[in-house]
Amino acid sequence: MAGKPTLHKVKKLAIGGYRQMGLLPKTALYVMLISLCFVYVYPILHMAITSLKSLTDLLDPSVQWLPHEITFSNYTQALDIMGFSEHLVDTLLVTVVPALCQTASCALAGYAFARFRFKGRGILMACVLLTFIVPFPVLMVPTYTMYSDYGILRTIWTMILPSITGQGLRAAIFILIYRATYEQIPFSLDEAARVDGASETRVFLTIGVPLGLPAMITSFLFSFVWYWNETYTTSLFMGNASLGSSKSISTLVMELAKFEDSYLTYLERAGGWAAKTGGANIQNEAVTMAGTILTIAPLLIVYFCLQRYFTEAIDRSGITGE
Amino acid sequence: MKKLRISLVARREMKGYVFLLPWLIGFVAFFLVPLVQSVWYSWHDVKVTANGLKMIWVGWDNYTYIFQGDTVFVEQLSNFFTDAILRLAVVLVFSLVIAMMLNQPLKGKGVFRTLFFLPIIVVSGPVLERLVNEGATAVPLIESYGVNGIVEAMLPPMLARPLSSLFSQLILVLWYSGVPILIYMTGLQKIDSNLYEASMIDGANGWVSFWKITLPALRPMILINGVYTLVFLATTGLNEVIATINERMFSDSSRGGGYGIASAMAWVYALCLAVALIALLLLTKERKGKQIAIQKTGEQIAIERMHAERAKNMKRKGGKKHGR
Repeated sequence: MAGKPTLHKVKKLAIGGYRQMGLLPKTALYVMLISLCFVYVYPILHMAITSLKSLTDLLDPSVQWLPHEITFSNYTQALDIMGFSEHLVDTLLVTVVPALCQTASCALAGYAFARFRFKGRGILMACVLLTFIVPFPVLMVPTYTMYSDYGILRTIWTMILPSITGQGLRAAIFILIYRATYEQIPFSLDEAARVDGASETRVFLTIGVPLGLPAMITSFLFSFVWYWNETYTTSLFMGNASLGSSKSISTLVMELAKFEDSYLTYLERAGGWAAKTGGANIQNEAVTMAGTILTIAPLLIVYFCLQRYFTEAIDRSGITGE
Repeated sequence: MKKLRISLVARREMKGYVFLLPWLIGFVAFFLVPLVQSVWYSWHDVKVTANGLKMIWVGWDNYTYIFQGDTVFVEQLSNFFTDAILRLAVVLVFSLVIAMMLNQPLKGKGVFRTLFFLPIIVVSGPVLERLVNEGATAVPLIESYGVNGIVEAMLPPMLARPLSSLFSQLILVLWYSGVPILIYMTGLQKIDSNLYEASMIDGANGWVSFWKITLPALRPMILINGVYTLVFLATTGLNEVIATINERMFSDSSRGGGYGIASAMAWVYALCLAVALIALLLLTKERKGKQIAIQKTGEQIAIERMHAERAKNMKRKGGKKHGR
């Protein structure tokens, strides 16, 4: 009889009641979450570890997770193969500039949708969503011919023009974020400013911009990441192998796409001694992985430093209904 | 001279258009015009000549060619959509499970959230391609048990192909759940916890309250996530269909390529996507008569709480009565 309450207590502690989760379900939850997380991040871990392996570790099937020695030469080779420093400048150019333009233009559009009542507002908002849904290939051919008519192919203008007019990469999402942000700012603020004689531009600059700053940071970061990762439009408008002009702009991701070819020419260039050592002309996958890591490294750094702005974007977009 | 008078309201309306102007210009120049032009191209045989484009009217020939003459496009298209449906289901279920786990009171929630959102940063065509080539995208266990071999041996090829492609890229598919997880999490946080309490009192267990409360409450989020994931699958990553359209655009028009064919292909693709989106909309639509107000107003919540209290008291009293 005396054991019964303690048994009950133990049971409650282990399994838990309605309010409090017990130890057993909690441990199970943690184990499941951690293992799912591991599976989820596995490709990135694999990539990072492979990139640090030496050739002998790479060929040794017993070495899976911990290489015997950490080899950084893969990275120096990959830097060389990709022409990293030179393409980093290009990448930053075609990433940061359109991202800034997009941040600004979408802010204006979102502000207009949130703060003004005008005819056709609903239809225009539907048009914003339409631009999100219509896949890019539909617009690809006419846009290409248009740019080629204006002679701006292979220049940065092909990125700037759409982004400054709110038609950049996934601009609809950013307009939604801004709209939700600006709808939450009390209208009495700009009423007061207007009574004091501020123009609409002034109201936007003194109220809209500072209060919309978190949304702007989020928009900029997402645009930055998405422009960085974009390949279809950049390779279509920026680089064209058939023309191969020296001034074509190539981003790191585009360089990564042709990494194998660049690696081959690199090996051939260094082929003098490689041929002598006998069959060392093989592509080393550790180097390829190092190249991949290098391509995404700037994004990872930005993400881990500013992840709050990324994960808060959903709450800020207001798409979950308020 | 009559002075032009504009009311205050109209003036504010005008100012709204002024703020919207950049977007409007872009919408017309970079969306509407290309959209219409693209339809126009798809009805023509477009030849690139030294002095501009030469268009020959061909009517629906480009479209019939896609379905009858082209060897790969239709197959790629159907492969893409069977894959997409399967992947969509996996993403929607997986992200819901993760979101519900993360919705529990846990420590280190932020770390988990950061990690589950991480792939959004990494997904780009070439990076994914490297990972697929490395074989790093299959779940290690699935690989070592040879699940793919079993699937291919047991199922007819129509089912086996999408399944084995799903298994070999399972992690990549899961990688699309970053945003859906966060959307579900915000949705879950908005469900009134009193509902769960009330349903517990009425004798519902966790399983029942999941189907009766959680899922109906998340219905709009399921739609948003479905649309988002489908559009994302259709526009990024390793999409063979877009690659084919891209390639056809620059190939010779006599060999089933050129701007006309490419535009027609893009339209077929877009229309298939539209059909899929509409199907999604209909599937997640609330059925009439079965509507349950999940997100209750404050008043309703108060009434509910009162009822719950009363029910609790009744039960207690009832128990005592029984004892007597």
